[in-house]
Amino acid sequence: MSAITVPTAPPRILPAGDRSVLVATDDDADLVAFIDLLRHELPSGVDDFLPAAQTVLITMTDTADCRVVEQRLRELFRSAQASGGIGTAAQPDEIRTIPVRYDGPDLESVAAQLGITVREVITAHTRALWRCAFIGFAPGFGYLETAEPGLAVPRRAEARTSVPAGAVALADGYSAVYPRRSPGGWQLIGTTDVRMWDLGRAEPSLLRPGTRVRFTEAALE
Amino acid sequence: MSRAALRILDPGPLSTIQDLGRPGWFSIGVGVSGAADRRSLKLANRLLGNPEDAAGIEILLGGLELVAEGPVLLAVTGADAPITVDGVAHAHASVISLRAGQRLKLGMAAAGLRVYVGVRGGIAVDEILGSRSRDTLAGLGPDPLTAGVALGVGAAQAYPWPNVAVAPVPSMNSGVVTVGVLLGPRDDWFTDPRSLFTGAWQMSDRADRVGVRLARVGDGPPLIRINDKELPTEGMPLGAIQVQPSGEPVVFLADHPITGGYPVIGVVVTPDVDLLAQLRPGQHLRFRPAPS
Repeated sequence: MSAITVPTAPPRILPAGDRSVLVATDDDADLVAFIDLLRHELPSGVDDFLPAAQTVLITMTDTADCRVVEQRLRELFRSAQASGGIGTAAQPDEIRTIPVRYDGPDLESVAAQLGITVREVITAHTRALWRCAFIGFAPGFGYLETAEPGLAVPRRAEARTSVPAGAVALADGYSAVYPRRSPGGWQLIGTTDVRMWDLGRAEPSLLRPGTRVRFTEAALE
Repeated sequence: MSRAALRILDPGPLSTIQDLGRPGWFSIGVGVSGAADRRSLKLANRLLGNPEDAAGIEILLGGLELVAEGPVLLAVTGADAPITVDGVAHAHASVISLRAGQRLKLGMAAAGLRVYVGVRGGIAVDEILGSRSRDTLAGLGPDPLTAGVALGVGAAQAYPWPNVAVAPVPSMNSGVVTVGVLLGPRDDWFTDPRSLFTGAWQMSDRADRVGVRLARVGDGPPLIRINDKELPTEGMPLGAIQVQPSGEPVVFLADHPITGGYPVIGVVVTPDVDLLAQLRPGQHLRFRPAPS
């Protein structure tokens, strides 16, 4: 009797030192399902995991047996694929509304690069439903992606040494809001008063991977 | 729980509170941070009977001066900074008892980069996301120390008394340091990743808790990418050797960004990250393949 085989690609588990591995896959749906499973049952020996664009970094405790953890990750990945690549999030994803004043210093150059008007940039940015793919660069800095095409611009050729908190930006097909003043190379299109990061809140970060975001246009002062 | 026990008179060039960091917060964009040389902080804590993850002071090079406001036990580990109490020399990696009013002063380290001062009971400051560490990149945790700051110390009644007066510790290596590396995850982005292991590298003066930038020494082979394709942003482990477009590697230390967009040719193995954290600008190092 032979098992029924499903034509799915196994994950690539790449070495990343003596205490971590990078799980890579070309199938976004598999990755989302895998991350969902990790969220609900972190394998023993795993310290934390970090989803990014097409990978998940898995870090282990000092005492973890990497081979056992890798085996468990492969099993989890197979279960994720067997679930049909559909997330099984226990809670419905929240939608955060972020009012934006479209007054960024790069707004006109972004429009020029895309060959559309400033108004069309604003319309596209507010029409899209964005999803936080992952958090990186700084606490609370969410990489927001959307199924709607049309706003993909590269980073600036030269990074700014200081970008203010609340700056709304575009780069590499993502949108983001700077949670605090920091250097930054993204193209700035607007400003928000929403606090992306606040240690005074029970949940310091407004975003987590999976959070949905809708930008709305606020009146310029 | 805590009492003011130490007052900082001079923080030296840079002094921060560090414990073993805050694992578990990648989902909101927060890295682990913690002591850059974890082994030295753990040793200070072991000497004092503390749990290994108690918070201590990490001092760049030395120069710290503090006064005890009550009786305390201290231990100084890490870089070889001369230690005096009211002018009297004390041994490195030993248990030092201070009475109220006594002053501990660190000179500048002759070898190594980071000195650790542990205190019995641990430094008591508020935890942020479960840790007392200052993350210099993320701007989390207690501010760097300044002159006049008073530090509390945690209760230690439950801890065993120290049973070692001094620990034998080899001096910091001021010559060529060798660190072990496991290639990957992106070694296949380079024409010859093993050229990392050929010749020596030099620590530049661009070195902080985030990472150390290295330059080639002599005519060692450069690290050449197979193409200039963009790498989608991915997670970066501690000790990652990220290769910039210039071909010069940056090795990530405790406060490194958790994601990055340049390929990681290899990762320094965990115990050797402690050695890297003690390298001084100008010092040479070699990478060797670590047994996997």
